[in-house]
Amino acid sequence: MTQADRFTGHDLSCIRAERLVFTGVAFDLAAGGALRLSGPNGSGKSSLLRLMAGLLRPASGTLSWQGQDPAEEPAEFRAALRYLGHQDAVKPALTVAENLAFWAGLAGAPGDAAAALDVFGLKPLAPVPARFLSAGQRRRLALARLVASPGRLWLLDEPTVGLDRPSVAALEAALARHRDAGGLVVVATHTDIALPGAAELALERFAPARPAAA
Amino acid sequence: MLAGLAAILKRDLRLALRQSADNGMAVGFFVLTVILFPLGVGPEPSVLARIAPGILWVTALLASMLSLERLFAADYEDGSLDLMALAPLPLPLLVLTKCLAPLPLPLLVLTKCLAHWLLTGLPMVVLAPLLGVLLNLDPAGYGVLVLAMALGTPALALVGAIGAALTLGARRGGVLLSLLVLPLYIPVLIFGVAAVDAAIYGTGARPHLLLLGGALLAALALCPLASAAALRQALE
Repeated sequence: MTQADRFTGHDLSCIRAERLVFTGVAFDLAAGGALRLSGPNGSGKSSLLRLMAGLLRPASGTLSWQGQDPAEEPAEFRAALRYLGHQDAVKPALTVAENLAFWAGLAGAPGDAAAALDVFGLKPLAPVPARFLSAGQRRRLALARLVASPGRLWLLDEPTVGLDRPSVAALEAALARHRDAGGLVVVATHTDIALPGAAELALERFAPARPAAA
Repeated sequence: MLAGLAAILKRDLRLALRQSADNGMAVGFFVLTVILFPLGVGPEPSVLARIAPGILWVTALLASMLSLERLFAADYEDGSLDLMALAPLPLPLLVLTKCLAPLPLPLLVLTKCLAHWLLTGLPMVVLAPLLGVLLNLDPAGYGVLVLAMALGTPALALVGAIGAALTLGARRGGVLLSLLVLPLYIPVLIFGVAAVDAAIYGTGARPHLLLLGGALLAALALCPLASAAALRQALE
């Protein structure tokens, strides 16, 4: 039982374009926990999230979800995983409701799509083709995906980009509800988003030692 | 996951029908280019009848390549490909895909190819005999032409998917794609034309059709894996 919904990483390092981005990163996240990734541009926040999601392979180190390596047991991990990348994955030709229904169905756990739209104030826009959405509204649609098909582990890459103040509040409320229900969150962000009790992972501390200045 | 694949297929078809530019253009290109040949070569019926199978096949090759560039590109650019690659796996298929590729990408490739074929290959299979009339194709060749096209065009889509996946993210990917894919299309072209010619000259189209079928089966087995490996590279 102690392994239930525990997400850990040990000694992770990542190489991008033949350059070591970070090395020796470790984290330990229990049910209801939150982890905030910080660090300057290029310190590897997005790379770490992609690595956690399984889109990137770590150059070294191991990940563990419920005591198992996600790469070995991908079915359970993927069923729990909800990843929000830089891009919104919104198809302009589909309506807001169709976009959401597609992703919720693909995640295998179609929840209440209409309610998810309501969380981020998109309900009046449901029948509107997504090409008429503003950047912030597209981001809200991408966030609604997280709520529409419940997953226990959220990996969010800069979720607040383009969001107005009320939407950030809605996101914070959604995050709190998710954690209250025992969900886990990893957020990479530059802005101050309320994550009570979140652990901090400053990636600049894990940058490889540069050779002494020439 | 199979429901998920059906959802991806449905979405791709719906997207194509709403913004039909890419696939509609490929079919339009097929028709227009075939019509150009009588104007260029001259309206001599015997000459046209002789080269009709070759014209239809070469044009089908080029047309199916035309829309390949967008096969994965749109989903790659807007981040959809990331999410599809992370979709949950079905348990029975898990063992299979685990030893071959850690993501459900081969199945995704198959689904995208099916959508591509339904939108460009199938219309070309239907239109080929009509355009055959225009080119004075020998009546004995029509049945085999449709059969050979039905076997050959899915193989074209599958082989093309490798090129589409390899050129993801490359600038001017379309030109590179044709250089990569056209040489691989040659077997389908040779046996496709040979089947129709054999039917017309009465030498038996069966061996050519069997070879085309073999090519399709080999493409079905191998191309999704090769494309998935290339896609995985693009996602990293």
